Amino acid sequence: MTAAPSRRDYSLIGRDAKLAVENGLSAAEWYHTDVSRKQMKELMQRSDGPAIRDTAIWLAALIASGAGGAWFWGSWWCVPFFFVYGVLYGSSTDSRWHECGHGTAFRTQWMNDAVYQIACFMIMRNPVTWRWSHTRHHTDTIIVGRDPEISVMRPPDLVRALLGFVGVLDAWHAMSDMLRNAAGNISAAEKTFIPEQEQGRAIRIARIWTAIYAVTIALALYSGSFLPLMLVGLPRLYGAWHHVMVGLLQHGGLADNVIDHRLNSRTVYMNPISRFIYWNMNYHVEHHMFPMVPYHALPRLHELIKHDLPAPTPSILAGYREMIPVFLRQLRNEDYFLKRELPPTARPYREEFHGDAVAAAAE
Amino acid sequence: MSDWVEACAADDIDEEDVMRFDHGGRTFAIYRSPDDEYFATDGLCTHEKVHLADGLVMDDVIECPKHNGRFNYKTGAARGAPACVNLKTYPVKVDAGKVLVQIG
Repeated sequence: MTAAPSRRDYSLIGRDAKLAVENGLSAAEWYHTDVSRKQMKELMQRSDGPAIRDTAIWLAALIASGAGGAWFWGSWWCVPFFFVYGVLYGSSTDSRWHECGHGTAFRTQWMNDAVYQIACFMIMRNPVTWRWSHTRHHTDTIIVGRDPEISVMRPPDLVRALLGFVGVLDAWHAMSDMLRNAAGNISAAEKTFIPEQEQGRAIRIARIWTAIYAVTIALALYSGSFLPLMLVGLPRLYGAWHHVMVGLLQHGGLADNVIDHRLNSRTVYMNPISRFIYWNMNYHVEHHMFPMVPYHALPRLHELIKHDLPAPTPSILAGYREMIPVFLRQLRNEDYFLKRELPPTARPYREEFHGDAVAAAAE
Repeated sequence: MSDWVEACAADDIDEEDVMRFDHGGRTFAIYRSPDDEYFATDGLCTHEKVHLADGLVMDDVIECPKHNGRFNYKTGAARGAPACVNLKTYPVKVDAGKVLVQIG
C-alpha cells in the first residue's frame, strides 16, 4: 500500500498553489447547468421547518442514546446506545456544521449559528478556521495547492484513509491544532484562507474548547471513569465511521484540477437513515454546483438537472466498488482517475479546459 | 453630480428579488424590496467577485450565491463572514415606470 512520492504539491503555500493561480484554475468560472431564475429562486428559498424538525429529532436521539449509554455503563447493554450516540455525535455533526456553515439549513440565522457552533465542537473543527477553509473548498474544489479539504490526495495514503474511519488522525490533528491555536499560533497555511481580522476569534474559540476538554478530563480522573470521555470527545473517534464512509465518496477517485463539478464530485443514492445523518449531501454534484440550495431542496434540484449530470452512483456499496480500484491504480499512476460518462442529454465536458486531466483518465 | 441612468422597467424585477444591470463596463445589482422600494449596489460580492444578481433576496438582505456572503442591500453593510467589506450603494428613483440609478 505504498507508492512513489507524489508529483502533486498539496501545500497551500507551495508550487502547485502558485501554478493554480497562474493557470487560472483558482477562482475560476465553473460550469453550471442551466436553471431558470424562477426555478432557482424557488429552490433557494429558506425555511426553518425542516431543519427544526430534523434538529429536534437529532438532539432527542442524542440525549436519549447518551443517557442510555450512561445508565447501562459497565454492562454490555451500553454498547448499542453508544453505537447510536457515537454516530449522532461523531458523524451527523459533519453535515450539521457544513449546512449551517453555508447558512442554508434554517432561514433564521441565529439558528444556523447555534447549531453550527455545537456541531463544530463535536466534530472538532474550529468554527472560524473551517468556515474559511470550506469557503476555499467551494471556490477551488479539488484544485491541488488551493483546496484545503482534499480528503484523499494522490497517490492515495490508504492507511490514513482507513484510520479516518475511527477518527484517530483527525482527532489527533484537531487536538494539536486546537492547542496550537489556543497558544495564539495561526499557521502559515491557515493564514492563506483566514482573514487577519478573523484570526483572533479562532484563537478565542480554541481556548474555550481547551477549557471544556480540560474539565472533561479532570472529571474523568476525579470519578475514575471513562464515562465523561465517552460522552464528550471520544465519540468523535468511535462514531466517525459513517461520515468518513459517505464523505470519501464525495470526490474520491474523480478528477482534480478541473472546473466542472460533474468531473470531480459524485452523487450517490443512499438509504434514508444515511441521508438523515448526512443531510442529503449525497447529492454532491448538485450541492457544489448550487451551494445555496438548502439540503431539503437537493432532491428537487437533482430531479431538475440530472439530465445534465453523470448517472448517480446507485448505492454506497457501488460507490466503493468503483472508487477502490481507482485508488489502487493511483498507487502506480497518480494521474489516473475515473471519468464518468455523461448522458446524451447533457452538455459535453469542455475538453479545452480539462484536456490534460481528461487525457489521463482511462474511462 | 452624475447623471441618472435608466436600468430597467420597474416591473422587470419581482418583489423581493434582484436583477443585474451592466453599464459603462461596470456591473450593478438592482433590488426591489418586499415593501416595493428599489435599491442599487455594486453587482459583485466584495468577497470573491461573484454576481449578486444570481443570489437570494430575503427581506433587506442579499445573499451571495457562492459562499453565503450577506449584505444589507439598503445600506451596503456586510452582515458577516465571508463578506467582510461593505458594498457600495447608489441612489435610485422610479420615474414613469423606469428604474433610474445615479452612478457616481
